[in-house]
Amino acid sequence: MTNLLFNEPEWDFATLDRTYKAIEEIALTDLKLDVYPNQIEVISSEQMLDAYSSLAMPLMYNHWSFGKLFAREEAMYRAGYSALAYEIVINSSPCISYLLEENTMTMQALVMAHAAFGHNHFFKNNYLFRQWTNAEGILDYLAFAKKYVAACEDKYGRDEVEAILDSAHALMDQGVFRYRRPPRPSRERTLEKMRARAQYEEQSYNELWRTLPAGIEPPNTVPTVDTEDDYGGDMKLPEENLLYFLEKHSPSLKAWQRETLRIVRNLAQYFYPQKQTKVMNEGCASFVHHAIMNILYDRGMISEGSLLEFMHSHTSVIFQPEFDDRRYYGINPYALGFGMMTDIKRIATEPTDEDREWFPQFAGKGDWIGVLKDAWANYRDESFVEQFLSPKLMRDFRLFALFDKADEEAYRVSAIHNETGFRKVRQMLARQYDVGLNEPNIQVKSADLKGNRRLVLEHKMHRGVPLNGKTKELVLAHVERLWGHDVGLSETETD
Amino acid sequence: MTHFIDRRLNPKGKSLGNRQRFLRRARTQIREAVQKSLKDSSVADLDKDRKVRISTKGTKEPRFRLDPKAGGEHDFVLPGNKQFTPGDEIKKPPSGEAGGRGKEAADYAEGDDDFEFTMTQDEVLDIFFEDLELPNLVRTTLKETPNRVWKRAGITTAGSPTQINLIRTMRNAQGRRLALHRPKLKDVEALQADLDALEQEPETNRERIAALKEEIARLNAKRKWVGFIDPVDVRFNSYTEQPVPTSQAVMFCLMDVSGSMGEREKDLAKRFYMLLHLFLKRRYKRVDIVFIRHTHDAQEVDEQEFFYSRQSGGTIVSTALDKMLEIQKERYATADWNIYAAQASDGYTQSGDARRCVEMLNNDIMPLCQYYAYIEILDEREMEVFASEESGAELWRAYRTVADSWANFATKRISKPADIFPVFRELFKKTEAS
Repeated sequence: MTNLLFNEPEWDFATLDRTYKAIEEIALTDLKLDVYPNQIEVISSEQMLDAYSSLAMPLMYNHWSFGKLFAREEAMYRAGYSALAYEIVINSSPCISYLLEENTMTMQALVMAHAAFGHNHFFKNNYLFRQWTNAEGILDYLAFAKKYVAACEDKYGRDEVEAILDSAHALMDQGVFRYRRPPRPSRERTLEKMRARAQYEEQSYNELWRTLPAGIEPPNTVPTVDTEDDYGGDMKLPEENLLYFLEKHSPSLKAWQRETLRIVRNLAQYFYPQKQTKVMNEGCASFVHHAIMNILYDRGMISEGSLLEFMHSHTSVIFQPEFDDRRYYGINPYALGFGMMTDIKRIATEPTDEDREWFPQFAGKGDWIGVLKDAWANYRDESFVEQFLSPKLMRDFRLFALFDKADEEAYRVSAIHNETGFRKVRQMLARQYDVGLNEPNIQVKSADLKGNRRLVLEHKMHRGVPLNGKTKELVLAHVERLWGHDVGLSETETD
Repeated sequence: MTHFIDRRLNPKGKSLGNRQRFLRRARTQIREAVQKSLKDSSVADLDKDRKVRISTKGTKEPRFRLDPKAGGEHDFVLPGNKQFTPGDEIKKPPSGEAGGRGKEAADYAEGDDDFEFTMTQDEVLDIFFEDLELPNLVRTTLKETPNRVWKRAGITTAGSPTQINLIRTMRNAQGRRLALHRPKLKDVEALQADLDALEQEPETNRERIAALKEEIARLNAKRKWVGFIDPVDVRFNSYTEQPVPTSQAVMFCLMDVSGSMGEREKDLAKRFYMLLHLFLKRRYKRVDIVFIRHTHDAQEVDEQEFFYSRQSGGTIVSTALDKMLEIQKERYATADWNIYAAQASDGYTQSGDARRCVEMLNNDIMPLCQYYAYIEILDEREMEVFASEESGAELWRAYRTVADSWANFATKRISKPADIFPVFRELFKKTEAS
């Protein structure tokens, strides 16, 4: 009598189901994960490419930039430069995971553990996702967005819609609320608004009045102020969310254009937490799949062959090339995240003296699941690195920090992985993950609605790093299109 | 509760709309790229998908980016230290591309790289043929055209159930119900509920119960009488068949397959006709193509034979023209048909025959034709000898005189596969007037 869930590389739905149940058991009881209900979909490679090129969402409005992305991905894939991801997972409830049909059964098990439990747990529990995204509403909202954009294309022409989307996309990075909480994108409210608008149009059009002789005014004319076009109001400057500002206050946009900006802004906000938690999100998923696959093996539920296949794929995912390697492309979030989380487990169970000194709160206490779950729930990349990166891991990665001043000929090594450098390296790596510092801090400084209608933006430079001149001009042209009048941008030093 | 969903059978090409938008957006770049890529390839390659490299101009997606190279200072952390100690200096790589800076560079500067992707055969051909046309095409008479299309013709009261117009039908029904005060089901149910309540105590409410019962019966009767939907409400979409004016055209393809044409020349000529064939099939649904090949004797053949069979013999070009005229008289009346011809030859014919050809063209053929293209196939050595338009073999010199007197007669030379596409484009370029 064998415990094996599967022995063949081929998969079928019965095996998937059996394996899913085994994984679920381990995830919920051994790892005590807390997940959204899962919905698992099997798709072909072409559908995977489709999904790639619509920002990995199952639904998306149409825009040429997604077509460009698809063309590029397809060319890369066909030429064999890049393999497809094994999975895509969507932060929604139910949590949708895509499995690629070409995967072997071992890979499907790995992907289910990774996406349907690892990512899923992270999405459901991390504070950024809980506060800033609405997992229940996102698919409905996307369906609405797709329909709305298509309707606008019909009504106002593709070129018009394309122009607005181009401009809105250019400002997507500046289209998020970083500090204050955004209003939830509620489909009901949007529908409500649309109904109100349609109703207004209906009311203000009355067949009977057309037959009145000229000069007689119909009684009780509905006031012609469309609140949607009311762009004035309290501007509350400075404003960091440029898309929000333009949507609310641009003097030249029509109601549908404001709605389109709003759609792009809501999307940007939805993706913002993912930007801030790449290391943690991938780390969490990798840690979970690693744990689950090993437990499956320990219990005799997968074969040695499967385990080896899994290890092969796992090690290539968490591979970190060194900086002078041709394959180096930044620090691999899978490698760092998985490394740190495995390290947390080590510190909790088999700490060294150094670990006891650095992490007195949990070193040797044994409760690694508790520490990890707390980290997954309450940290983002920046704070996670700042808090949990251990000297041992810095040594393992051989991390070193460079100081770069634009007008100097050389970089200066400012700290390395040694006793005096640990804290400095750790702090600098944490800064590197601070989205707030790595993206330009641009705000609306003033807008003259009564006079020449000039809009002034301000880039508050961090340590004197200016904007790239070429793209700056291009993006400003987009801002001008949305604002409809003159736009200026000043760059100022802060500190 | 888990759901596995098999999506593999879902329709593919979800991003087709995006792709079309992208192709439209990058149109100018793609057009240039396609022309360039076709220039160096053979016609036989046309039925393959094609890699196209375009510049990102026009499809840029600019964002605000920081540029640490332009000013200021920053720190960054790298993995894989081997020999550095604090205070060491590392010279910056000149381009910012080498070593560990690769990622940084990619992060901060919007890449101006070209980018390569694959276009399907259809997309390539669409773009290649985009601004080409048959010159001087005119609408011919309506009477002969068998083409008819179904067009909407309003709304009728009779029709087949599949053509029911639901919106109109329901609107009529609603109007009728309102006008005739059809009792609402809700109201009847409310009364029924009242009745049920009263019937708890039948003794005290006898009269009201009777009244209610009567009222309910009356309402129900009226509901029956004024139906929810009535045959008078029903409307159908109506369609009528209408003739569409089409332009009918016929293309005569005349090819010299005589012994003087080497394999190479024949191959070039065939490729030219393949392209022509593709073009006509693609852009003009209703174009007849007549294939005529000739040696010392001309035959009408089918497509297969024309492109793939081998035959050889002497050369009398005028036989092909005779054949063309014969077929034209038999099947293609000038009143109903636009007549086109493309002739390919190496320019050699029996002595004296060239004069006869010119006479036939001037007197019989050119008055009928909308456009006549003559393509001379040379080998590359000859091309050098006959560098100028003036000099050439007998037929070429003779045809030049025709070209002088007829504006719709064109002559071109092809000596290598790379000439085919440009020559083809020149012959069928859209003119301003049309």
